[in-house]
Amino acid sequence: MSRPVQFNNNPVPTDYKGHISVVGMPDGHMGEGFFATKLSEVVGLARKNSIWPLPFATSCCGIEFMATAAAHYDLGRFGSERMAFTPRQCDLMMVMGTISKKMGPVVKQVYLQMAEPRWVMAVGACASSGGIFDTYSVLQGIDQVVPVDVYVPGCPPRPEAILDGLMKVQELVGQESLRRRNSEHYQKLLESYGIQ
Amino acid sequence: MSLTNEQIQSKLVEKFGEQVTAFTEPYGMLTFEAPKELNLKILQFLFDDETLQFRFLTDLQAVHYPNDKGRELAVVYHLHNLMDNVRIRFKVFTDINKPDVFTATQLYSSANWMERETYDFFGVNFLGHPNLKRILNVDEMDYFPMRKEFPLEDQTRIDKDDEMFGRGGTIN
Repeated sequence: MSRPVQFNNNPVPTDYKGHISVVGMPDGHMGEGFFATKLSEVVGLARKNSIWPLPFATSCCGIEFMATAAAHYDLGRFGSERMAFTPRQCDLMMVMGTISKKMGPVVKQVYLQMAEPRWVMAVGACASSGGIFDTYSVLQGIDQVVPVDVYVPGCPPRPEAILDGLMKVQELVGQESLRRRNSEHYQKLLESYGIQ
Repeated sequence: MSLTNEQIQSKLVEKFGEQVTAFTEPYGMLTFEAPKELNLKILQFLFDDETLQFRFLTDLQAVHYPNDKGRELAVVYHLHNLMDNVRIRFKVFTDINKPDVFTATQLYSSANWMERETYDFFGVNFLGHPNLKRILNVDEMDYFPMRKEFPLEDQTRIDKDDEMFGRGGTIN
């Protein structure tokens, strides 16, 4: 005799209230049937909620990142669940872990392969400053080879800290002027890294 | 036990006489040294001899003794006899101003990368090596970082107070 199959006998109605967040509208003028705002606001809104990260993970911070991307912390809530392992599709390079001096040119090469606009996040003490590896073979922070937008402290940082860093990047992305990448200031910054 | 340390030692002394010296057995592992000109002859003997058969070079590295004038750099060979499962350690010493040691690559293929590593970190110049260039460090590096006159810490870093972080200091 087959076993009676029972499941979901007393279904609990799903409580969606307050669990689905919708991005708010940007500042603008609204009236009957129209809404007017700045182009940069709309572009910023679109960009900041669909940042494609490029994980450049070399050590333990990379493991924390995996936890961040997994279901419990869920990077997808911020529109960043789409990891790409080609820099040409990505907006945000997340460097996680110790970068040795021999690895430095590789980081720079990957950064160069990304299309503008691009952002860089240094996750953890090693990527930010060399960390405990105050030694001849380790790059003392990736900002020696590429410009960095957000630094996340910690050794390694908890997933909450990485999420906080991502939200800081979102803030930068959302508020960035559309002309920043063409500005003289930005060109000078890139030139100081020997790019272009 | 088919091959004992005493047998290895007597074989070496029989063949090379006074040239092989400083026999010790730290933790039961036979260790000895010889003039650096003889390193290939001794390795070849250890490799070819019917009873010794040390045909596996497990490790090769250098040690820097900055206070031992005239013999600052030691090149250490770790050899393994796979038939009897016996390991020995063989050292040659060289002057740091002329760190030339014959390469063991013709005898042991595994010596190739290990000698490159030893060159990379200590600057031992292996004569006759087919491709003696840096293997682990960046090619632009212009010194040999494991020599003791060079501090471990990255000297390009300016944001650390040496006294607070215990950087620098003396060697020995």
